[in-house]
Amino acid sequence: MRLIGRRSKERLILAGTFFLSIIAIIPLLSILATVFINGVSAINLEFLTSLPAPFGESGGGIGNAILGTLIINSMACLFGIPLGIFTGMYLSEYGQKSRLGTAVRLVVESLSGVPSIIFGIFAFTLIVTTVRHYTAIAAAIALGLMMIPLVAKATEISMKVVSNDIREAAIALGIPKWIRTTQIVFSIAKSGVLTGCLLAFARISGETAPLLFTSLFSFFWPSQVDQPMASLQVLIYNYSLSGFQDWVLKAWGASLLLVLIVVAINVSVKFIAKPKFKGSA
Amino acid sequence: MSKKKPYFFNYKESAFRYLLISCSLVIVAFFLALFYMLISQSLPAISSNGFGSIFGNIWDSNNGIFGGLPAILGTLASSLIATVLAIPISLGIAIFFTEYAPARTRFILSIFIDLLAAIPSVIYGIWGLWVIAPLIKSGIQQPIINAFGFIPFFSGPAYGLSIFMASMILTIMVIPIVSSISIDLLASTPLSLKEGMISLGATKWETMRHVGIPFAKIGIFGAVILGLGRALGETMAVTMVIGNSYSWPFDSVSIFSPATTITSKIASELYEATSATHMASLIELALVLLIITLAINSVARLIINRATRRGYPQ
Repeated sequence: MRLIGRRSKERLILAGTFFLSIIAIIPLLSILATVFINGVSAINLEFLTSLPAPFGESGGGIGNAILGTLIINSMACLFGIPLGIFTGMYLSEYGQKSRLGTAVRLVVESLSGVPSIIFGIFAFTLIVTTVRHYTAIAAAIALGLMMIPLVAKATEISMKVVSNDIREAAIALGIPKWIRTTQIVFSIAKSGVLTGCLLAFARISGETAPLLFTSLFSFFWPSQVDQPMASLQVLIYNYSLSGFQDWVLKAWGASLLLVLIVVAINVSVKFIAKPKFKGSA
Repeated sequence: MSKKKPYFFNYKESAFRYLLISCSLVIVAFFLALFYMLISQSLPAISSNGFGSIFGNIWDSNNGIFGGLPAILGTLASSLIATVLAIPISLGIAIFFTEYAPARTRFILSIFIDLLAAIPSVIYGIWGLWVIAPLIKSGIQQPIINAFGFIPFFSGPAYGLSIFMASMILTIMVIPIVSSISIDLLASTPLSLKEGMISLGATKWETMRHVGIPFAKIGIFGAVILGLGRALGETMAVTMVIGNSYSWPFDSVSIFSPATTITSKIASELYEATSATHMASLIELALVLLIITLAINSVARLIINRATRRGYPQ
């Protein structure tokens, strides 16, 4: 005897799994909605371009934090993207089976699982305790290290799926391996690498833990990169816990900017053209 | 590979090879330096208090006693609760996605899952702190305490910020990891097996139940462990909603009381560390966290790689 028929069971499962999917989506929509509703009222020209007002005073803006995040992210990209791309190239074209290749692949895998706060502590012990003051350079190194496994993995995967026919054609033409790697295989894999870099950029734009004890925070415009520097992420953390209403509002405004960056990048990579000449997997 | 090299570009070829190798070595060096720095910087704490003292349960920076057990237990408890809660939801998403959703729904759902993974942790924090904590305090915690307050785990006053709250947020953050890997695994079920089931007149659920899930089972287990690894290392969201109290679980075992985790302890104390031993103890906690997460992630990766490389189950 069956308790319920097979067809009703089928419908029950459909309804159940649909319901579970909705449960997961509600928080996302709630986050997007609250960040938008609370953030949009904070954003105006003064908010985007001026310095923060002192604690307890309304007004002012977060211009220094916007600029700070841009500076720190750019430095992290300068450090992380080339290292990531070259390592990915090595893993895909040179070190497939060598002992060094296996070791590097293991390290890249392990780095991608290291909690972000550990990178912050690493940069803190390596640089901040040595030079004895907080500096944005340490933050850039922590974030750059976080980018490396993401970029390397994306480069390796998108170069690996390039068809071997193309490599063989290059070999038949007598093209040296380094030209084959950089100008033929890499240029076919370019859109995959670009996607990886964009996603890595989006990822570090939101990372806060590595900045807490490296770039710290500042109420002034960024002047030198070896000094503490304001950033959107740390501003959200500090301001939202301050309990002062105007600062909480500013934190929502900063959250909206951050969410816009992250959502824009994540949605746009979905539409980046698929590369041609991929191997028929 | 032949020994004979082309007569041109020789030195450029080897220069390029050395460039790639040295970049790879730089990364390996950074990874080793990570361990070296954490170990060497936690030495002051190990030498003055002994290695085992980090597993004590009292943290008193005025008297130089640094026991991290409540933080370690808080990390484990919040992450385990979150992972367990995330399993049914992620599986539901994966089954709905692979079997039932039409193509357009699938595309939208995949964007939503990617966004869940991409929302910065500090945004989860501010949302949890200002939107969810007040709701959960009166809407979930108080009713449960009223009904089941006699059980120690559900006793005590309802603080919004609690280990329960942190677990809720972590659940949302673990779901995209587990569900996206599960979707990949379920989608790679051999078509011939599925077709066999369908030709026998099986419904979609029966196909899933008897072919898809047995096929992907091991890999999904790996995905769950990977999600656990992510939850263990989560910092900002947890720091903002867990309440940062050192009383759990020794003064109060209730999951509705505020607690602390390794990450929240470090995030809230490292830059105001009062002494060298204090700072070293925090770094020692970070070392403990690094070892736990690396171990868990390698196990998860091993399982997932095995599961995806495997063809038919024999």
